Amino acid sequence: MSTPLSPSVAALRARFGAAVVRAEVSCGDTIVYVAPGSIHEVLAWLKDEPAERYDYLTDLTAVEYRDRERPLELVYQLWSIGRKVALRVKAELPKDGALEVGTVTDLWRGADWMEREVWDMFGIRFAGHPDLRRILMWENYSEGHPLRKDFPLRGRFSRSEQTHRALSDALEKHYSLDELSTDEAARYLPEGMRERLAGGPGA
Amino acid sequence: MSGARTVTYELGTTTVDASGQPTRTPLIVDAEPQAGTDHMLVNIGPQHPATHGVLRLVVELEGEVVVKVIPHVGYLHSGFEKLGEYRTYNQIIPLTDRNDYLAAMSNNVGLALAAEKLMGIEVTERCRVLRVIACEMARITSHLVWAGTTAIDIGAFTVFLWMFQERERVNNLIEAWTGARLTTSLTRVGGLMADIPDGWAAELRGWCERFPKTLDEVEAMLSNNGIWLGRNVDIGILSAEDAISFSLSGPMIRASGVPYDVRKDRPYLGYETYDFEVPIGEKGDCYDRYLVRMDEMRQSTRILLQALDRLPDGPINVADPRVSLPPKSRAMSDMEAMIFHFKQVMEGIAAPVGEAYAAVEGPRGELGYYFVSDGTAKPVRWRIRPPAFINLAALPKMAEGHLLSDLIAINASVDIVMGEVDR
Amino acid sequence: MDVSPQTGVITNSPNWVTTRIDALVNWSRANSLWPMPFGTACCAIEFMATAASRYDLARFGMERMAYSPRQSDVLICAGRLPFKLAPVIRKIWDQMLQPKWCISMGACASTGGIFDNYAMVQGIDTIIPVDVYVPGCPPRPEGLLHGILMLQQKIKGESVFDPMLRVEKLATQNGMFLEPASVDELSEPFGNSVAQTRSA
Repeated sequence: MSTPLSPSVAALRARFGAAVVRAEVSCGDTIVYVAPGSIHEVLAWLKDEPAERYDYLTDLTAVEYRDRERPLELVYQLWSIGRKVALRVKAELPKDGALEVGTVTDLWRGADWMEREVWDMFGIRFAGHPDLRRILMWENYSEGHPLRKDFPLRGRFSRSEQTHRALSDALEKHYSLDELSTDEAARYLPEGMRERLAGGPGA
Repeated sequence: MSGARTVTYELGTTTVDASGQPTRTPLIVDAEPQAGTDHMLVNIGPQHPATHGVLRLVVELEGEVVVKVIPHVGYLHSGFEKLGEYRTYNQIIPLTDRNDYLAAMSNNVGLALAAEKLMGIEVTERCRVLRVIACEMARITSHLVWAGTTAIDIGAFTVFLWMFQERERVNNLIEAWTGARLTTSLTRVGGLMADIPDGWAAELRGWCERFPKTLDEVEAMLSNNGIWLGRNVDIGILSAEDAISFSLSGPMIRASGVPYDVRKDRPYLGYETYDFEVPIGEKGDCYDRYLVRMDEMRQSTRILLQALDRLPDGPINVADPRVSLPPKSRAMSDMEAMIFHFKQVMEGIAAPVGEAYAAVEGPRGELGYYFVSDGTAKPVRWRIRPPAFINLAALPKMAEGHLLSDLIAINASVDIVMGEVDR
Repeated sequence: MDVSPQTGVITNSPNWVTTRIDALVNWSRANSLWPMPFGTACCAIEFMATAASRYDLARFGMERMAYSPRQSDVLICAGRLPFKLAPVIRKIWDQMLQPKWCISMGACASTGGIFDNYAMVQGIDTIIPVDVYVPGCPPRPEGLLHGILMLQQKIKGESVFDPMLRVEKLATQNGMFLEPASVDELSEPFGNSVAQTRSA
């Protein structure tokens, strides 16, 4: 007994052709793999097309497999509130390439924090994201991206080093220039901190 | 700012210099900023009574009006999803308790549903009904804490005591069933950890009949109270379009008028056969969210009574020995049972290659679990779709333009649990 | 009171006056411990339940939750402490005035609990000094009350005339409270954690 593919797959293939790499069904859910370069186009079409109307972004996350040869996968879980159907769209990002896709925050505002978390945990950048900072770890956390498979469970540094880095007096872990929204507040910062913050997000 | 007087504050830090004195960082501030252009940056949290956990809000204020608020999360990030990759499916269940600790049974059920969807397991009817009972009890306990803490944030301390007293009664029932008040670890893949004890169903029924009276008392105190109305009506309004765009779920999206409830739209555990209503708000302000949650507690009581009526006899675990642990008496005497016991405990249950996403309607919203499996007993990826994290992202949209005290009321109405936000 | 200049140890035995003064001071301190509820996770809910009417912390003089560390006596760390929160608890601890005590509530605050991973401090005693550890995940309210009573016993055994009692080891220049070797030793995995880092 196998569930048939969602009808959206045929519509996507008709509209986007080669950008739809493949489609499959797993445990009753349809999964569509698209080329990472066309993610924004495909999702925008799925959202606005009257026959599809996937107006709700349930979840946005990433997967790395234990088999190191397999690429990273970005997973978009879509839901249509009106039609009550779901679709899972994935994009495969080869590890030797640039881990970057376009953002979908202009389609769904909820994607903002979800993309920040994917950046924090996996190191996948989102081009055009308004504020791509780490969200769960502190902003200049330097051990890496925790949910990658080459990141050990207990972290790369020793416990004492982790404690030291957590405690050492660097205020920019807790603030960043972006959140100090007014120019007036920025000039209150100590000189050295302003320079360090100008270095940009993540690391 | 010509002619302004400057003041040098010396902020102490946690380091000490050679003489043993704390080092100081100078912060130079204009002491008499011009009226109208003075924006103050205030930090609320992460340690604060009204942030419902370790949430940090950096607020830019113009007087008392919030111009901009930036929530900082991650202060309770515990690496759940990473830990899940090193645990078998049954070993992940205790982790889920600590995730959303106000509604632990809801999380347990969600995880079991996702694992069973991945493995293609159908549970018994008694197990399904008991899981519905667990989910609705979890919803009620979570809303009780929400009501208590929201009331105490706004100033009504009595409601906190009443709601926690009610919660103690529910905790007695939960403890009689699972052995723990809070971290229940109720479900297992393919069933439950234990059946309900004798007399438990009658106790629950008695509680369900007495509980609406407590709700009536709380509503009599709050719903038409001038202060409560003043602090909640027209505060934190979020339109339906914004709610959908922010991917909100649960009472947050329903208060804004969007009728999305996972129990009705993506039914699980037989919810389509229960008779209950889903309260939908109109305006999307804090008062609507309060009304939605209070009514949800009443609807949950309705569902509980129906579930108790239809609770069938029978086993709670599937009969598959590769999935359910055999009874201990047999495991000690029968070789085959001992082998199955050994394999399940030492190796875990291997899931087929594939992936599954299953969602339950948690008290905060759509709580989803996404498993990716490569054929082994430990998942390749365990993703928790966190309703509170996603709901919290809408806080700036709701709060900007309101007063600082309204920010506290709005934050309370989002009903966040930092364990779920930060995972 | 004779105090040895080399070791700081009190070298003559307490007399009737000092014991009476100690009894009064300790009795008043033990029975009005204002908690600083540093509640982070599930233990915080059990802490709130302990403060609610069934278990009632008020009968121990602790109903006044001092959310300002300047006005509190005992820091109750209820819940797990990730590394991102470590400087916060250190700062709160530093802001508290002596005499101050610390209760580490729950398994995660005591040793890191079930979270032996990159994000979690393996016990708050690597960051601040702890007086009483309350085990449990979460501890029952009765368990927390037992821990509080234990702290009260500890306070009643103190002496105001002991010059070394309230001397505190501050964090050093790099923010560390303990030697790195001590932190590593306290954070070593034990029990099941040792065997469970192997993924699949």
